[in-house]
Amino acid sequence: METLERIIGEHPFFAGLESYYTGLLVGCGANIRFQPGAYIFKEGEEANEFYLIRSGRVALEIAAPQHKPIVIETLSEGDILGWSWLLPPYQWKFNAHAVLDTRAIALDGKCLRTKCEQNHDLGYEVLKRFAQIMERRLEATRLQVLDVYAAR
Amino acid sequence: MATAVATDVMIPQPYLVRDVSKETSDTFTLKLAPEAGANGNSFQPGQFSMLWVFGVGELPISISGDPGQHDQLVYTVRSVGQATNALVNQSVGSGVGVRGPFGKGWPVEAARGRDVILVAGGIGLAPLRPVIYEVLHHRKDYGRLVILYGARSPRDLLYRKEMAAWARHRDTQALVTVDYGGMSWRGHVGVVTTLFKYARLKPSNSVAMACGPEIMMRFVARELETHGLSRDDIYLSMERNMKCAVGFCGHCQYGPHFICKDGPVFTYTQMKPLLEKYEL
Repeated sequence: METLERIIGEHPFFAGLESYYTGLLVGCGANIRFQPGAYIFKEGEEANEFYLIRSGRVALEIAAPQHKPIVIETLSEGDILGWSWLLPPYQWKFNAHAVLDTRAIALDGKCLRTKCEQNHDLGYEVLKRFAQIMERRLEATRLQVLDVYAAR
Repeated sequence: MATAVATDVMIPQPYLVRDVSKETSDTFTLKLAPEAGANGNSFQPGQFSMLWVFGVGELPISISGDPGQHDQLVYTVRSVGQATNALVNQSVGSGVGVRGPFGKGWPVEAARGRDVILVAGGIGLAPLRPVIYEVLHHRKDYGRLVILYGARSPRDLLYRKEMAAWARHRDTQALVTVDYGGMSWRGHVGVVTTLFKYARLKPSNSVAMACGPEIMMRFVARELETHGLSRDDIYLSMERNMKCAVGFCGHCQYGPHFICKDGPVFTYTQMKPLLEKYEL
């Protein structure tokens, strides 16, 4: 049987993290599953968790008045979902819904923030990983807004 | 003698339109067969032809068909101007002039025994399709085939049925993404570089070939390098305004290279210094 510690330790987001720290994270984590179409969170709601996606696919969407929602990014196996839990005001900025049957580990944001405050080495490890994800997604978004495939 | 050769390559050969099929709202695939009925249309994947629409103009178009099929030449054309619009509106049986094939193509021979990573954006999948045919026809000669394809939206995806069929082949991974997905789209959304994290790559024994908008290839080449591929194993298909197709006119000069004659396929080692110059 797979333990939560092993699943968290083997997720690409926490690759290379010392097992001591993985052990600290386990207390904040829980297995979770979303059916296709289910909303994981919605814009404006309190951001209490983030998710290590184990399988399936999640769409991040944004909605503007009088427009249908637009999917701006999808996330799949090995990705993480959500960083609004990390920074005030701890509110989601987008909607997220499962496109496919999705399994994930949900990590309690408050619990993790507390542990990061108590152990700054863990906090630094977590922030380093989030910074890398943010940098990659920012680069991808910049390329996306260029609309490079449009006819010119 | 040199003059005679030069004259020959400048004379379009008469071909007939055998079929025109619509791929997307603005992109069509044309099948052309020699008017004389000859059966010798050999080409290397990645090469291009100059297609002459009589009374309108001549266009460089990559060959997108199967290199093992010698009775016709296949081209996928996006209608973006007067000449391309005239080309895609040709009716079956009408005449088109063909010069070529020209240029240096993809390194399909050098890639034998290695994994092949293909990264395409938009209509850039068309020049890579002959590589896919080549690898699948000689499956045992190659390692894994990884196809990463990005387009603007689901409606802009080329060869959708073929892509699904390619993905079912042994040792083949085909991943597709779009920049803007509607709510009904269940596939990936994000630029093509975001697919790398889902690809099963073996960089030490891989050859990568990329084709698409130049800025996309810049990011793709960087990503491939980050994943451990050497610059000499990353190939890019470049595009410039080609006229003569044989290095005479200089229209397609790019730094020290003529895209038509020295390319269109180059290594990233050759292209990196030029791709980073905004003036070129």
